[in-house]
Amino acid sequence: MAIVIGILFTTGTYLVLSRSLLRIILGLSLMTHGLHLLIMTMSGLKTGAAPLLGEGAAHYTDPLPQALILTSIVISFGVTSFTLVLAYRTYQEWDTDDMERLRGEEDER
Amino acid sequence: MNDNLPVLPLFIHLLAGIILVLLNRRTLLVRLTSALFAAASVLISLLLARAVHERGILTLDMSGWTAPLGITFTVDMLAALLVLTASIIGLASVLYSWATLDRAREQHYYYALLHFLLVGVTGSFLTGDIFNLFVCFEVMLISSYALIVIGGEKAQLREAIKYILLNVISSTLFVVTIAYLYAAVGTLNMAHLSERVAEAGQAGILTVIAALLLIVFGLKAGLFLFYWLPGSYSVPPPAIIAIFAGLLTKVGVYAIVRVLTLIFYHDPSITHGVLAWMSGATMALGALGAITYRDVNRIMIYNIIISVGLIGFAQSTGNATGQYGVIYYLLHDMLAKTLLFLLGGLIIAAAGTGRLAKMGGFMREVPLLGWMFLVTVLAIVGVPPLSGFVGKLLIIRGGLEAKQYLLTGLGLLSSLMAFLSMLKIFMRAFWGAETDAERPSLSGHGPVSFRVALLPSAALLLLLIGFGLGAEWLYPYIEQASQALMDPRVYIDAVLKE
Repeated sequence: MAIVIGILFTTGTYLVLSRSLLRIILGLSLMTHGLHLLIMTMSGLKTGAAPLLGEGAAHYTDPLPQALILTSIVISFGVTSFTLVLAYRTYQEWDTDDMERLRGEEDER
Repeated sequence: MNDNLPVLPLFIHLLAGIILVLLNRRTLLVRLTSALFAAASVLISLLLARAVHERGILTLDMSGWTAPLGITFTVDMLAALLVLTASIIGLASVLYSWATLDRAREQHYYYALLHFLLVGVTGSFLTGDIFNLFVCFEVMLISSYALIVIGGEKAQLREAIKYILLNVISSTLFVVTIAYLYAAVGTLNMAHLSERVAEAGQAGILTVIAALLLIVFGLKAGLFLFYWLPGSYSVPPPAIIAIFAGLLTKVGVYAIVRVLTLIFYHDPSITHGVLAWMSGATMALGALGAITYRDVNRIMIYNIIISVGLIGFAQSTGNATGQYGVIYYLLHDMLAKTLLFLLGGLIIAAAGTGRLAKMGGFMREVPLLGWMFLVTVLAIVGVPPLSGFVGKLLIIRGGLEAKQYLLTGLGLLSSLMAFLSMLKIFMRAFWGAETDAERPSLSGHGPVSFRVALLPSAALLLLLIGFGLGAEWLYPYIEQASQALMDPRVYIDAVLKE
C-alpha cells in the first residue's frame, strides 16, 4: 500500500511540474487519490469487526477514516470538475494550455 | 446546556446563500435580502460575543456526540471577536457592492457566493475540530475560486487558474498532515489533540507535523509563501478584493495562532523560530514590493503582506504582551485592510486606471474620499489615537521583551515603508497636478455612485476610530481572548468538560 501511495504521489508531482494545464490537473487528481489511500493506511487497515454496536466483537475497525475520505473525495471531485471547466474557458480565451504563456505581463509597474 | 448559539452565525450565512441562489435574477430583492441577512449576522455575532464574555467558552457538540468523538464547535473570545469582525466586513462589502459592482456580475450569483464565502470563514473561526477546519477552508476557498473568476475577463481566468492550482496543492498537503496527525495521536478534536500531544511530549514526528501545518497555513495566509497573492488579488473588482484582503489571509493567520498556541506549544525553539524568520522575510519582501510598485492595487496588496508578517512575528514572540498585540492588531487589520481596499477601489474607479502616473488632483473633486483615505492610512500605520497604534505598540514591546531586536527593528522599518508607499498614493492621486487624461465623470451616473459607496466606508472608518479610542473599553474582551491562548488548559477543560 505504501508503495502504491508513493508511486501515486511521485507521478502526481511529476505531472504537476509539467507545462500543460491538463497534465497539471491530472497530476493533482492522482495526488488526491494517493492522499485518500494514505488516510486509509495511516489509521491501520481492517483490524476488527464492523463498527456496529451489538456485534459483540473484541475489536472494532475505526470508522472515522472512511468518513474523512468520503468528505475529501466529494470536495476533490467538485474542485476538479470546476478546474476542468475553468481550464477549458482559459483555453478558449487565451488559445493556449501552456503555463509558460499564462505568466502574465512581466512588468506591471 | 446545549444551546445553538455557537453555530448560528454560520447558519445564517448558509441560509442567506441558499435563498439568494433561488432569488437570483431579481437584483433589487437580492440586494435587500443579502444586506438584511448580513445585518442579522452582525447582531447574532454581537450576542455571541456577549454570551462568551459572560459565560466563558461555549461549545456545541454536533448531533450530540460528546467532545472527542463528534465534531465540536468551540467559541472562545478570540473566535467570537473574529466572527464579529468578519460579519461587519461582510455587511460593509455587501453595501459597497450595491454601488460598485456591474449588473452582469450581480446576476451571476455574486451575493450568494459572498455569503458562502462567509460561511467558510465563520466556520473556520468557530470549529474546534481540525478536519472540520479543513472542510471550512474548502468551503471558503471554493467560493473564492468562483468570486475570483466571476465576470470571466481574460486576466481573471489567467490568475484564477494559478490561484486554484496552488490552493489545491496546499489543501492536499493539509489533508496529508491531518492523516499523519491522526496516525500519530489518534484524534482530530483540537482540545483532545492538545492533550495527547502534551502527553507525547511533541517529539520528532509531531514537530514535523507542526512544520507542515506551518507551511500549509503560511500558503493560505500569505506568510512568506505569498508569491501567488499579488497576481490573483489584482484581477477581480475592488468589492471582491476588499473582502479577500480582510478575510482570506486572516483565516490562515488565525489557524497559525490557534495551532501554535493550543497544540504545538511545547517546542518553541523550532516552530516559533521558523515562524519568526518566515515573518521577518515576509515583512522585508512585502515592504520592498510596496515601495517599488507604482500601481494602487499592487501597493495595497503588498501592504497586506507586510501586516501578515507583523502578526506572524508577534505570534512568534510567545509572550503575553505579544499575544495581546496579535489580537488587537489582527482585529484592527481586518477592518483597516477592507477599508483601504474599498477606498482604493474608489480611487481607481475615479481615475479609470490603477497607475499612479496617470492620477492627480482628486482633492478638488472628491475631498471627502481624500480625507478618508488619509485617516485610514494613518490608522494603519498606527498614529495614536487611531486603531493601529495599540496593536503595534504591544507587538513592538512583545518583540523587545523576547529580545528579538533585529526583527523588531525590521517590523518598525517595514511599517515605515508601508506608510511611505501609501503616502505615495495619497500625494500622487490627491495632491498631484491634474492630468489631462480622459476619465469618467465623478458626478452621478457612471458605473460607480460615489455617495452610496462612501457610506459603508465611512461606517467602517468610524468603527476604526472607535476601535482606537475605545481600546481601554475593549481590553477585558481582549484579555479574555488571550487567556485561552496563553493557557491551553482553559480551552481543553471547556471542551472536554473534565
